[in-house]
Amino acid sequence: MISDLFSVTVLVGILASGIRLATPYLYAAIGETFGQRSGVLNLGVEGQMLLGAFAAFYVALKTGNLGLAVFVALLVGAVMGLAMAFVTVNLHAQQGISGIGFYLFGLGLSDLLFQKMLGTVETVKGFPKVDIPFLSDIPGLGEIFFSQSILVYGAYLLVPVAWFVLNKTTLGLKIRSVGENPEAADSLGVSVAGIRYFTITLGGTLSGLAGASLSIGLLNVFQQNMTSGLGFIAVALVYFGGWRPWGVLGGALLFSMVNALQLWIQVLGIPIPSDIAVMMPYVLTILVLVASVSRVRAPSALTKSFERDE
Amino acid sequence: MADEQSSYENVVEMRGIVKRFPGVLASDHVDFSLRRGEIHALLGENGAGKSTLMNILAGLYRQDSGSISVNGRPVTFSSPRDAIKAGIGMVHQHFMLVPSQTVTENVLLGLDDPRFLMRLSEYDKKVAELGEQFGLRVDPRAKVWQLSVGEQQRVEILKMLYRGAQVLIMDEPTAVLAPQEIEDLFETLRSMTLQGKSIIFISHKLNEVASIADRITVLRRGQMTAGGVSAVGVSTQELARLMVGRAVVFHLDKSPASPGEVVLDVKDVYAENDKGLPALRGLSLNVRKGEIVGVAGVAGNGQRELSQVIGGLRKCAKGEVRLKGELVSNRSALYGIQRGLAYVPEDRTHVGSAPNLSVTDNVIMKKYRQAPISHSGLLDMNQATRFAKGLKEAYDIIVPTVETPVRLLSGGNLQRVILAREISGEPDFMVAVQPTRGLDVGAIEGVHRLLLTQREAGSGVLLISEELDELLWLSDRIYVIYEGRIMGEIQLGGGDASQETVDVIGQMMTGTPLENIRMERDA
Repeated sequence: MISDLFSVTVLVGILASGIRLATPYLYAAIGETFGQRSGVLNLGVEGQMLLGAFAAFYVALKTGNLGLAVFVALLVGAVMGLAMAFVTVNLHAQQGISGIGFYLFGLGLSDLLFQKMLGTVETVKGFPKVDIPFLSDIPGLGEIFFSQSILVYGAYLLVPVAWFVLNKTTLGLKIRSVGENPEAADSLGVSVAGIRYFTITLGGTLSGLAGASLSIGLLNVFQQNMTSGLGFIAVALVYFGGWRPWGVLGGALLFSMVNALQLWIQVLGIPIPSDIAVMMPYVLTILVLVASVSRVRAPSALTKSFERDE
Repeated sequence: MADEQSSYENVVEMRGIVKRFPGVLASDHVDFSLRRGEIHALLGENGAGKSTLMNILAGLYRQDSGSISVNGRPVTFSSPRDAIKAGIGMVHQHFMLVPSQTVTENVLLGLDDPRFLMRLSEYDKKVAELGEQFGLRVDPRAKVWQLSVGEQQRVEILKMLYRGAQVLIMDEPTAVLAPQEIEDLFETLRSMTLQGKSIIFISHKLNEVASIADRITVLRRGQMTAGGVSAVGVSTQELARLMVGRAVVFHLDKSPASPGEVVLDVKDVYAENDKGLPALRGLSLNVRKGEIVGVAGVAGNGQRELSQVIGGLRKCAKGEVRLKGELVSNRSALYGIQRGLAYVPEDRTHVGSAPNLSVTDNVIMKKYRQAPISHSGLLDMNQATRFAKGLKEAYDIIVPTVETPVRLLSGGNLQRVILAREISGEPDFMVAVQPTRGLDVGAIEGVHRLLLTQREAGSGVLLISEELDELLWLSDRIYVIYEGRIMGEIQLGGGDASQETVDVIGQMMTGTPLENIRMERDA
């Protein structure tokens, strides 16, 4: 029973699923990091994920072409991102409220499409595991790190890329400046609107991919509201990670490891009420967020709409 | 930036510039020209249209009509980027910097070189070299938030120089600087003109303009009252007249004091500051009807806390404040207001007014409880508007309509709104803290007149100020405050204060009690 938890096999299993479970959080939260560093809070991540998840699943089911499925999910996410950018940048809508609007839109539309186009829960053949030669043969570590699907590898690769772009390139400088002092950026000829369009669209695109990583990577099904708050957790992880890709990675791993642990607890039949077990990662998130408050400062212009005052 | 530019004497020519904002003509057919290698001051009161004109030149605003040419070629700027390309850079009064980034990152923002990769260390060197060339010393690797205000200003100038600016517009550059930093800045500006740069220096401070500028253009309410006159041979009196449109009375006519009974009595008050440290330690003073009593002292010696204790905004641990004999300390702000107390706080925008509310809302903030402004809790907005319009006329508040939010008002106009509100309550006593800080000459004079009017009307005024000149002009008596105690009291008998009086006040401001000064003198 409880001692089962400490066997090597179980431990490796927990760690491997923890690594895998972090995938959607990483895509969504890294995308959200770009948006927030440029001063835009997108609470619509969850809705974008649901639509991405549905699109990927549907295309995979009908064509069997996983590449095409991912592409369509990216496209759907990008369109949602563009819409969010239009509403917040051009129409100067309050970011929090419009984000909630996009969430509800994505939730409702994915549900509607599911009922009209599928009707029942089906399974699909998702991305297979790809064993990395030699590395996957390492006992324990191989199974944890090097025997995952391509979408998992991509998520982890995204972290250093995001870090590099944000900190070592002129694009990153523009993004950070627009999020800290849009007036200054504007006065130097940086297009605040252009940068925000870029980051919000990128965020939407990655949210779409996050959805796909659920429906044709981790679970290989689509059902109504299958993200169940995952997109909101991703937003919280951005705060938790202090708006830095590596911090976001830490948060995503912590959260999904606890999640993996509670799944295994249920699998092994350890007598903890399942409701309590399911709560664990969420309670942990709240606690860690409370503890990390004021540790790092948010981008100064976060949630602030920009307009040249003339 | 073409190299044949030297064939034109004027780097910048602005002709007939007109710019309208809702309800205000901010720039009314203004001409402005800038010669190569000169420092050209743009002088005017707050709201005279200096910044507007220069924001047009810097590409931030677009003029409604009029033309601009740079090096003899007509230009139209649709963004700051266009202006910078033409060699014109502006250093704004509120710095346009990103605090969390390094100096170099701030300098490089928005440039095409570096293209994609930052390679910061390489550019750190370039920025340092440029700083060396113009005497703008600042560490390129430092984060901007770590820098002093003076250093941040240097970063702003570097930003423009790095972009190849030939013309530098400095918007009120000295407003935020300490005296020594001002000297450094002037030095830098002069060395830049020697290296061929031309500088536009926006200011409302006469002395500065006289000491730094080669030529001067004066604006008043959007119109040009002097265009490019030589700074040599124009007196500050003359400039002041051009700025405010009438001769400024530097010495106000003041009738002899006729003090009546004591209206405010502060007895042995102890109070703490926001950090819980003792700020007032047994302070006593009094104010009679029909006199202005000054409180002199270096900032941070308990002035703020004193005004708050009197205004009912801070508790005192010991002692008492009486207004017309009635105990008002440790009660509430409303309690004092209802007994004839008026309070003009130090912080005009955050304590003295509600920035997003209209002039009307701001002026009824004390009267809204009573008829005719309200009846049993319902506001009569017609009455309120009428009341506000009356004050706008009486106090010469320059504002398109009384519905305008006060955040859009210049400092002088905002202070007039606050004074109008306080004085219209016909107070028996008023405490005013730094009422002229940050105002220009004309506005200062207006505030001084209003304070004197209060005195004539038989009200008592406690004037807390860090401007000794202001206190000497206005006060009938002066208390000097030091570390929360009164060091002594000086009677001023009309006319100019003697040098000896000023010396004595100065000694008290640094902590010597008046008795000791007298004892030493008699010994």
